[in-house]
Amino acid sequence: MADTPIPLEVRNIKKRFGDTEVLKGLSLQARKGDVITLIGASGSGKSTFLRCMNLLEQPDDGDLIVHGEAVQFKQTRHGREPADWKQVVRMRAKLSMVFQSFNLWAHMTLLENVIEAPIHVLGKPKKEAIEQGRALLERVGLTARADAYPAQMSGGQQQRGAIARALAMDPEVMLFDEPTSALDPELVGEVLKVMHGLADEGRTMVVVTHEMGFARDVSSQVIYLHQGLAEEAGPPQDVLVNPTSPRLKQFLAPKY
Amino acid sequence: MEWFNALLADNRIFTPNTIAFYWEGLVTTTQLVFLSLLVGLVLAVPLAIGRSSRHRWISLPIYVYTYVFRGTPLLIQLYIIYYGVVFFDGIQETFLWPMLREAFYPALIAFTLNTAAYTTEIFRGAIKATSRGEIEAARAYGMSPGLTMRRIILPSAFRRALPAYGNEVIFMLHASAIASVVTLMDLTGAARFVYARFYAPFEAFLFAAAIYLCLTFAILFFFRWLEKRLLAHLRPQSG
Amino acid sequence: MLDLHGYGPRLLEGAGVTIQLALLSLILSIILGLLTASAKMSRSWLLHKVATLYTTVIRGVPDLVLMMLLFFGGQMALNVLTDMIYDRFGVDWYVNLNAFAAGVITIGFIFGAYMGETFRGAFMAVDHGQIEAGKAYGMSPWLVFRRIRFPLMMRHALPGLSNNWMVLLKTTALVSVIGLTDMVRVAAEASRATHEPFTFLLPVAAVYLLIASLSEWLFVRLQKRYNVGFGEH
Repeated sequence: MADTPIPLEVRNIKKRFGDTEVLKGLSLQARKGDVITLIGASGSGKSTFLRCMNLLEQPDDGDLIVHGEAVQFKQTRHGREPADWKQVVRMRAKLSMVFQSFNLWAHMTLLENVIEAPIHVLGKPKKEAIEQGRALLERVGLTARADAYPAQMSGGQQQRGAIARALAMDPEVMLFDEPTSALDPELVGEVLKVMHGLADEGRTMVVVTHEMGFARDVSSQVIYLHQGLAEEAGPPQDVLVNPTSPRLKQFLAPKY
Repeated sequence: MEWFNALLADNRIFTPNTIAFYWEGLVTTTQLVFLSLLVGLVLAVPLAIGRSSRHRWISLPIYVYTYVFRGTPLLIQLYIIYYGVVFFDGIQETFLWPMLREAFYPALIAFTLNTAAYTTEIFRGAIKATSRGEIEAARAYGMSPGLTMRRIILPSAFRRALPAYGNEVIFMLHASAIASVVTLMDLTGAARFVYARFYAPFEAFLFAAAIYLCLTFAILFFFRWLEKRLLAHLRPQSG
Repeated sequence: MLDLHGYGPRLLEGAGVTIQLALLSLILSIILGLLTASAKMSRSWLLHKVATLYTTVIRGVPDLVLMMLLFFGGQMALNVLTDMIYDRFGVDWYVNLNAFAAGVITIGFIFGAYMGETFRGAFMAVDHGQIEAGKAYGMSPWLVFRRIRFPLMMRHALPGLSNNWMVLLKTTALVSVIGLTDMVRVAAEASRATHEPFTFLLPVAAVYLLIASLSEWLFVRLQKRYNVGFGEH
């Protein structure tokens, strides 16, 4: 076990937008099978932190190690950038992200969305990709919608489809960026159910969420972010059930 | 000023003579464009109202007119009118003939009919976009259809049409360059003359191009200013 | 039957020239338009300025003036070049600027500016999230462009593209002025010779209308195809 590299490790990530420092040095280690949830008020930096993990945002400082391979950076006049974009492309293929607004490709059917990256990024044979894609759609309960276009599906269906698309990459780690925030309340359940299932089968996941119930039930670790810093971190029993910081207590207090 | 005089003395092309030539060309271009736009605009308003009519025998002929004039090159329209005007029986005996014999009036007619067709469609689009609620409100207050058109629909449609109409004005300015094809000495005609006389294509056409560019910008800024004034009510209020 | 006084075959040939000219200029203008749009969206300050200058100047000057500038000016530049080659190397090499090639290049060059604006607007209208999704799944920039950005962009660009094509088609009539024998030139010549302008000019106008109507029908179909998956638009 000790030889298997850690799927994802980030150390001391810092990020500023103009004059505001949104991430002030954040670290995280996702071992195989870990489910790490990031919670915090809006503006706490949790989404930016997640987006730094697959370099959709460029961190100004800090290290990023994917499956034992550290991403190389260089300084340019536009700021700090990855030294080798090929490495970034390779590393992103190991982390697949599920977005808040689904971001399914509008000009492709659901099945085409699912097989697109496996064929063109991983180089899978088309037939195999389709077979796998259909199996994944069945798993998220969307067999009947394989040939539908995103615009023809409900938000919940789109998000389940997006999860199937992420799974099709056989990712080391799945990154979820507030996957249920854009959904109508009655559609949240179906997406959480799929995510529960993924956690149960031992997927490594990093999840930004507002769903405290989900965080409590499936997390191996919960990190509470406040103004770009990890204010409290640990197993859900500690962080969510017996919070120590007054700010987190207030954050968790029932609002009604 | 001295460098300018030196420049004028130095070159053989831009003598006071040729400058005067360009100036006359500019005047011709301006007259042609301004008059055709003016008449075209006046024609387009009733045509657009007719085009929006529910009666097919009113709207269909107008549609055919705009379709034909928008679907064929202006150059052909100009040729047809320029070469064809002779063939109208008896036209040579009327008082119009001395005017029509010159290239200016056939060009003016072609340009007017062309811009009227485009402007009609621009206005029709703007009339169609009037919100039903505004029309219903007018009806509810007892306005007749004619009054509604005059007081409610047209004023708001004109404003909505402004950006597209600004483009049409620039389009007409540029299209007017083909007047030189039927021997008219407009701005482009002057440039062609200077080119032929001195065999200096770059100087002759770049100078005309620069003037057109300035005119284009002037029109652009005029319409931007007009939009700011007339469309102020559509902008969200700040604060 | 229409008596074309023996001009029939030449008119037909002219129509062929018009169509070829229009299609080749369209291709060139699309290529230039894509390059211009990319330059305008690039990080490079210089590329951005050059592209802006190009689109501003081209859209501010009449087509005919640009055409004559590029055609007559181009011929003169070629003459200067061949003279220089003769002086330097003693090679007697004379090139006449081919009117057809000049027509394609000038019309393509002019409409490249309009296409550039169309494509730029369309690229900016593409939902950024879908591009991010491509990046997040490890697609290279070229793959993202080819598989996601471009097809999504086309849907937004089609109406503008169709409009540009209609204007381009009519602009081809101007090449008759710089000496290319398209159908307009044949018709004008025949009109002058026979004093029967309507016999020749009206059918030519009808051909333009026919091509325009055909393209309109085609674009509506294309629009339907590209709109697949965009709900009931």
